[in-house]
Amino acid sequence: MIKLIKLFTIFLAFLGFSLGNAYADGHAKKVGFIYIGPPGDHGWTYMHDVGRKHMESQLGDAVSSTYIEGVPENADAVRAIRKLASSGHDLIFTTSFNYMDQTLEVAKEFPNVKFEHATGYKRADNVSTYSARFYEGRTISGHIAGHMTKTNIVGYIASFPIPEVVRGINAFYLAASKVNPDIKIKIIWAFTWYDPGKEADAANTLINQGADIIVQHTDTFAPCQAAEKAGVLAFGQASNQEEFCPNAHLTAIEDIWGPYYAARAKAVVDGTWESKDTWEGMAEGMVVMSPYNAKLMPASLIQEAINMEVAIKDGTLHSFEGPIYNQAGELVVPEGEVADDGMLAGMSFYVQGIDGDLPQ
Amino acid sequence: MNNFFPTIVTRSNSSQLMNILVPIIAVFLTLITGSIIFSIMGFNPFFALHTFFISPISTSYGISELLVKATPLALIAIGLAFCFKNNIYNIGAEGQLTMGAIFGGGIGIYFYDTNGFWLLPLMILGGAIGGALWGMIPALLKTKFNTNEILTSLMLVYVALLILDYLVVGPWKDPQGYSFPKTRQFSESGRMPLLFSGLRVHLGLIITLLLIFISWFIFSKTIFGFQLKVSGFSPLAARYAGFNQNTLVYLAFGICGAFAGIAGLSEVSGPIGLLYRDISPNYGFTAIIVTFLGRLHPVGIIFASLVIALTYLGAEDAQLFMQIPAAVGFVFQGLILFYLLGADILVNYKVVFKK
Amino acid sequence: MNIDLIIGIVQIILIATTPLVFAGIGELVTEKSGVLNLGVEGMMLVGAVTAFVTLVVTNSYILAFIFSIISGILMSSLFAFLVLVLMSNQVATGLALTIFGIGLSSMIGKNYIGTPIDGLTPWYFVILSFLIVFFVSYFFYKTKSGLILRAVGESHNSAHALGYSVLKIRLLAIIFGGSMCALAGSYMSICYAPMWQEGMTAGRGWIALALVVFATWKPGRILIGAYIFGGVTILQMNLQAFGLRLPAQFFNMAPYIATMLVLVIISSNKLRIKLSAPASLTLPFYKGR
Repeated sequence: MIKLIKLFTIFLAFLGFSLGNAYADGHAKKVGFIYIGPPGDHGWTYMHDVGRKHMESQLGDAVSSTYIEGVPENADAVRAIRKLASSGHDLIFTTSFNYMDQTLEVAKEFPNVKFEHATGYKRADNVSTYSARFYEGRTISGHIAGHMTKTNIVGYIASFPIPEVVRGINAFYLAASKVNPDIKIKIIWAFTWYDPGKEADAANTLINQGADIIVQHTDTFAPCQAAEKAGVLAFGQASNQEEFCPNAHLTAIEDIWGPYYAARAKAVVDGTWESKDTWEGMAEGMVVMSPYNAKLMPASLIQEAINMEVAIKDGTLHSFEGPIYNQAGELVVPEGEVADDGMLAGMSFYVQGIDGDLPQ
Repeated sequence: MNNFFPTIVTRSNSSQLMNILVPIIAVFLTLITGSIIFSIMGFNPFFALHTFFISPISTSYGISELLVKATPLALIAIGLAFCFKNNIYNIGAEGQLTMGAIFGGGIGIYFYDTNGFWLLPLMILGGAIGGALWGMIPALLKTKFNTNEILTSLMLVYVALLILDYLVVGPWKDPQGYSFPKTRQFSESGRMPLLFSGLRVHLGLIITLLLIFISWFIFSKTIFGFQLKVSGFSPLAARYAGFNQNTLVYLAFGICGAFAGIAGLSEVSGPIGLLYRDISPNYGFTAIIVTFLGRLHPVGIIFASLVIALTYLGAEDAQLFMQIPAAVGFVFQGLILFYLLGADILVNYKVVFKK
Repeated sequence: MNIDLIIGIVQIILIATTPLVFAGIGELVTEKSGVLNLGVEGMMLVGAVTAFVTLVVTNSYILAFIFSIISGILMSSLFAFLVLVLMSNQVATGLALTIFGIGLSSMIGKNYIGTPIDGLTPWYFVILSFLIVFFVSYFFYKTKSGLILRAVGESHNSAHALGYSVLKIRLLAIIFGGSMCALAGSYMSICYAPMWQEGMTAGRGWIALALVVFATWKPGRILIGAYIFGGVTILQMNLQAFGLRLPAQFFNMAPYIATMLVLVIISSNKLRIKLSAPASLTLPFYKGR
């Protein structure tokens, strides 16, 4: 009995502690994040965590934030998201595509909590979606690769045949073939986002088949390291990876979520948040090119790349300008027009000039 | 070497007292070790343990979530008990679960725009058949070619996962899904009805309890249960008694596969509602541990599935409320399992330390 | 096809396959003594992170490998204590060891993700992997100790009756298995893809388990099996890069289906399975029985 009483006292003490905690947070808005991987992965989740920290530093005491990492993309996700919603979070970012239906399910139950789902396409009154136009970065990478390749073969390590990845390949190839019509692009679908060993194998295989530039759409810096070791060039992915491959790293496409997170959190603080679909690129600063490597690239090419950035930002350059043909030779974007967002969002074909079939 | 290995003496009967005490001892040891780990990491150990074990189930939603998580574990585990009782080591339940989800879910996708009371039972039947067929492969290989079922059933897990992968990336992809690797949603009547509004616990729980009860009946009241037990203890005696070992292998694998298949189907038609590549967080493997912790006994399995489910929920709360990394949750889980598995020896043996 | 291309492909296959050889030969020795340890993946991860962190802290490759192997010994001793002394179920304990190893490795490596290091050339280890396979083969078939180890795996009661310490021999076999898994892990984090990332072994531990069966518990065939498994993956990538469209999933299934076929072939002949599979696999040994 004494034991029971003791236990009960301890339990009460906890209760007091938890309440005290909640009180200490005061009126700060709580922002929660659901991560697919560990925040230290130096890739996708890492950049979301950098964004989260940026948001905290921008808004100071007005917000506090927490995250749950390594949340599987299945029935468990609902519980994790709901846990954030039910523990007083005002705004919740779910940062992977397969959290889509789970985010909507929880959002229905918590109409007063705001939700933001990354890379998805289903919205509700309290669910926004957001994504970045990473393909704009691919256009610049493609342009650089077109100039820098000596063997005219570029190796591309792709993850899964989803529109985002296909868009990246097409944008890259269109830009590269514009400056170098002889360029060939060799693609390996790794069917994984994350397997350093396999990514290195794919990079080495492509290099062995004559590629002198490696492009990746997978998560670790293994391909860049493999390129460094083999003495060829590479582009980083998601974050600046120059410290891992200083003699190979031309530039990287960085995902900059911080300003968006800060703006959305601020909107919640101000009470002005509303549901919308955001698809931002270089103009808004969501996609940023890492510093161009002056050791490897001629100054003139760096200047061209910077000029392209300016042109993309002011809208005079678009990654998908007509005429664009698909592999069957059909005109998909007529001359003088650019691909609309609907076509980009569902892109599941290769443009003309890319060899091989897209896995279906 | 005598000092390193204490002498162990068999008990004449497995100790009933120990049967109940062992889990308690293991949990106690886990709590002590946990306190030490959390103290070293600079957390208040009481608060940490409270966050881990109490806070996840302090609300009705939390309890419902515990049941949602424990349901597939318990269902697969009771199926595995049919195999393990007979010393058949089926470790491929994850594959049987996946096949169940493919067969049952496939029906759901085919009838995505049809509603009818018959749809869900048909899908459950499909799930059971899919799982049972996949379980029959190692059974067939074992009886016809004498192959080791541990290894064949494990290999078939990866084959099943790759088949699912192929289907959701290819032929079964949602035509309106912007070519993301996932299928259409099942229609409303292809979903497991919820037991309470606002909570995710669903019909799968009732099905699981029913099947556990039937299993208990089979184990303790039927000749088949007796045969399973006898042939597990002594295959030779079973042969003399006229049991057909091959029939037992087929039955055990078939039942286990069917249960795992139903668990897979109830996962996709319950909380998920469609098919994609990551439908199960390794339920099929975790259930193996549940089966052993529950000592192949229906009641034990129910408790074991709840304990294991709680460690998953606790790890999430620990992240959220204490910023304890997810990895610590895994370490903690590993420790609980070690203690439970290790302490099991006290049930059947006495430990005597000699000088 | 020119010769350089083929040499390149062979090199990539050698580099990619070596961790499978290490983990496979380690698990083979463990299984030959009659113990199934499903904790390969967990031990590889702990070995990988230990090597990486040691290298970052001490800047010494030798210490990195030594500590990594010690970590493998510790992890496998934990397993050995549970299954040998406490006679816990081997299948469940091995799975628990993998869960524990995944968690422990992430905890240790938390602050080291994304630390750049200089990778070591893989070639010494490729050679070492071959040497170890030959050593194990020699040990099994040419030495008395090897014969005793195999006898323990065949029938622990007979071995015990002959006066051999079954538990001691199994302990050593399990520890050898753990060390090899750690070596496989350290090779991955220091040579193959020089970095630490959570879960970076990406399922290779499970392939190693398949490999032991594929090799029908014969050391030499570990090499053949590993190179077929590794080769299929690299070949698939090469065909893709040449522009051939392939259903990758079916290619990835090949090793598992091949393993099952091998199992069927060797098992259907009762005599042959007797000669290859350790008869006491997964059975606990208890002196008093």
